[in-house]
Amino acid sequence: MSTAYQIVVCGSIVPDPLQTLEPVATPTGPALKNEMMLPAVLDPWAGHALFEAANLAKKLPGSKVWLVSLGPKAKLQQVMMTVAQKVPFELVALDGPASGFTDATETAAALADAIAAIPGLNKSRLLVFGGWESASRGAGATMQIVGERLGITDQFQGVDQLTVNADGLLEILERIEGGKHQISKCAGAPAVLGWATGNLPEPKNNPQVGMVNMRTVMPALQKARPTKLTGEGLSFAGVALPKQLRETQIVKDKLPDDIAQEIVEWIKK
Amino acid sequence: METILVLAHTETDGSLAKSAREALHAAATLHKSFTGSKFVIGLIGENVQAAANSIAACPATKYFGVTGAEFTQPRYATDATAAEAICKVAQATVVVAPATSRWARVLPGVAQRLGGRADTHVTGVAVADGKISVSRWYYRQRMEGVSTRTQRPWFIGIDPGSQAACECGAGAATVENVAVPLSDACQRTTVVGVRAPAADAQTIRPDAQLLFVTGAGWTKKQADGQTHLPEAEKLILDFLKKSRASLGSSKSLVDLGGEGQAVLPFLSHMNQVGQTGATPRHAKGLSTCCHGEEPHTVGWRFIGERRAVNLDPNCGWARGKADVLYVADAFKVMAKINELLAATGTA
Repeated sequence: MSTAYQIVVCGSIVPDPLQTLEPVATPTGPALKNEMMLPAVLDPWAGHALFEAANLAKKLPGSKVWLVSLGPKAKLQQVMMTVAQKVPFELVALDGPASGFTDATETAAALADAIAAIPGLNKSRLLVFGGWESASRGAGATMQIVGERLGITDQFQGVDQLTVNADGLLEILERIEGGKHQISKCAGAPAVLGWATGNLPEPKNNPQVGMVNMRTVMPALQKARPTKLTGEGLSFAGVALPKQLRETQIVKDKLPDDIAQEIVEWIKK
Repeated sequence: METILVLAHTETDGSLAKSAREALHAAATLHKSFTGSKFVIGLIGENVQAAANSIAACPATKYFGVTGAEFTQPRYATDATAAEAICKVAQATVVVAPATSRWARVLPGVAQRLGGRADTHVTGVAVADGKISVSRWYYRQRMEGVSTRTQRPWFIGIDPGSQAACECGAGAATVENVAVPLSDACQRTTVVGVRAPAADAQTIRPDAQLLFVTGAGWTKKQADGQTHLPEAEKLILDFLKKSRASLGSSKSLVDLGGEGQAVLPFLSHMNQVGQTGATPRHAKGLSTCCHGEEPHTVGWRFIGERRAVNLDPNCGWARGKADVLYVADAFKVMAKINELLAATGTA
């Protein structure tokens, strides 16, 4: 049985986690201060999904990976310069907002339409990957809606492991409560998998992979379809940074034994 | 007029989890604030009568149930079909559910089927000027927003641990059975089990009072120029055993394993706290050998009292992220803590 897959990874960009973020009110709703100036990275969990997709495609000859990404074109281009050196993929770019304050349903609709429009897509071979949550909206809702719009009802979230058996059966480990994994067996594609961390380290940059990828990345960015997310029906009363800032007491001159005593008393309190 | 539906699934023993009672509390609060609203409950599981009876004293006027062996499995296709059926029968406009892994997997998809919207990880619900609003965090707990929606049905996933649990009493509830025929397509997936560490090796304890976080410093060279991994492993595991704390980690420490470096074998990405890890809820948190950088500390948003032990007095914890920072050698401090805990019994 052929187990070559068409793996479509949904993933966008988020501000570099080391950046300080500050919300601002705009006429169209909340946004981040200097959002377009903030350095961006590929959303971490989407990144794991991409690396897992590439690893699976490498193991199963004939498989192919697409990265479908919705974000401001200029920022996407910036991030792709790095991401394209990691693993082989073909980019499908949508030029629109990547803000955490956009609506998951609208984002999912744009992504699903872009996936459906991929030439030669064979649903019986389709695996839709993505991060189970983003580092921006963090809703954990987009992948399910993408799946529904594509008519895929075998869906898994918080995935840490996917094993494809010789007969095409998928064995999937999903994170559940209490540090456990739920083990499921799925009859095969199509399926939606929202990845957690998975098991793979971030691949090292490979300039050769980057050269090959950039042949399709640049044209994809040039023809990125403008995508407007209106946020219809959604309104924000406000977005604010938490006020809580602790007055840290820095204890420098105590012996380890005294510190231990103090911590034990605190734990038991 | 809103019809508020609480959706819950039963546990394997037929009971309702605390998170379900928290969602019930949030929904009951909404119902109370919303004059004229209807309040109904939908339950899914092999048999839901015991669960319905356990909350029979709540102000709900109707109970709907989807039951059968097929609905014991936390599986997208069957759970989504069941939830969709209940929402339709109940004519729900607002659906409140606990954001358990089971419901989080399903509810956005159900909202899509019904032409509604879903908000997840909600930590607060309120009614003002005749409108429901929800509070949730954005950018991985860095900022909190309050929003409202006009679309219905509106699915609201309540983050477990964010609400008080409803204490309504038991009684006899009448459950209206909702028949849900399942196609073969709904059963292409089979849940075959759960993989969990052995009871004594389980380091993630969501109900623990204390979160104990280990950073990459535990694997670094110490004052003698050597690493002390076996000693670090023993100190950490001893502390976990004696304190019954839940173990968290910084990303840098769990990533070391993937990079082929020596690591603490009991740590996995499941323990990771922060930007790309968990945001657990515990009353207290103790960090050791961790610098307290922003991507990690955003995962501490829901930790009450915080203390840290680190050799660097200028680390992130010193900048308003911990209540107390002890500038000290964590190896020495933890060894003494273990000694004290052993002498006085467990924490």
